[in-house]
Amino acid sequence: MSTDLSLEEMQKRWHGTFKAYLIGFILCTLLTAASFSLVMAKILSGRLLIYTIISFGIVQAVVQLLCFLHIGQEAKPRWETLVFCCTLLVLLIVIIGSLWIMHDLNDRMMEM
Amino acid sequence: MSKDLAIHHYDTLDAHADISCPDPHQDTFSKTVAGFWIYLMTDCLLFGTLFATYAVLHNETFGGPSSHELFTLSYAFIETMILLFSSVTSGLGILAALRNEKNQVVAWFSLAFVLGASFVAMELFEFSNMVQEGHSWRRSAFLSSFFTLVGTHGLHVSTGLLWMMVLMAQIFWQGITTITFRRIVVFGLFWHFLDVVWIFIFTFVYLLGVI
Repeated sequence: MSTDLSLEEMQKRWHGTFKAYLIGFILCTLLTAASFSLVMAKILSGRLLIYTIISFGIVQAVVQLLCFLHIGQEAKPRWETLVFCCTLLVLLIVIIGSLWIMHDLNDRMMEM
Repeated sequence: MSKDLAIHHYDTLDAHADISCPDPHQDTFSKTVAGFWIYLMTDCLLFGTLFATYAVLHNETFGGPSSHELFTLSYAFIETMILLFSSVTSGLGILAALRNEKNQVVAWFSLAFVLGASFVAMELFEFSNMVQEGHSWRRSAFLSSFFTLVGTHGLHVSTGLLWMMVLMAQIFWQGITTITFRRIVVFGLFWHFLDVVWIFIFTFVYLLGVI
């Protein structure tokens, strides 16, 4: 049941706009500069700094996913967003699981 | 059956199939984009496992240098900005493809290519410096996982550069057609995706490594 679209129809299916790129670019530049300057200028310290940097990184990833990769903006049914969410779930299980298991093993090792 | 009524519920066992909402993803363009998106997600899993490996091994320096001594933040910052610029310029190239302006597409992609190539050059320079100082991937588990993670990303960017060259030649000779437009969109996804992966590399590897 494959039908082919004309060039115009294909161009309508793509969701990028100049505004989205501009907003994405400004936000990403600000977030990147903020992360690097926080670490280089040593404004915050300890756990607070680590959490701030990680949240800036996650926010920037979300900005890029929305503005550049158009997550959740396709026509229904949103297969791509669905696949993305499944991947995110698997990623969280793999990463958190690995860290948890290896941390636990380290704790159980005898001090040499 | 008319084209508009193409229904995605092949499963006739479903008594409540929602035939009022036909699936618009029946054409080659949508299918290609969706398929490529699934490839990108598997790539995401690859990077996820490499990140997990790095997270587990980043303190195992075996007497070698730690991340505090190795990374220069100003250098990583320039790399980050170059890749961000490259991602955005390739996006502007896709916007030009929407307006059917072939020369502008090639111009934006050339700029994205130069920026991407400078990123790879900076990374190779950083790697070769580290190896010459004796801090290669053979030194410690930390360095092995570092080179694997950042190197895999660099390899993706290099492959993207090769792809971009071929694509630019196709756009140049064939213009903006249904085929080249599809390729432009798919390439755009790949290039933007690599920048998203880099966010996590500079956050977790470079910034947290120096703190």
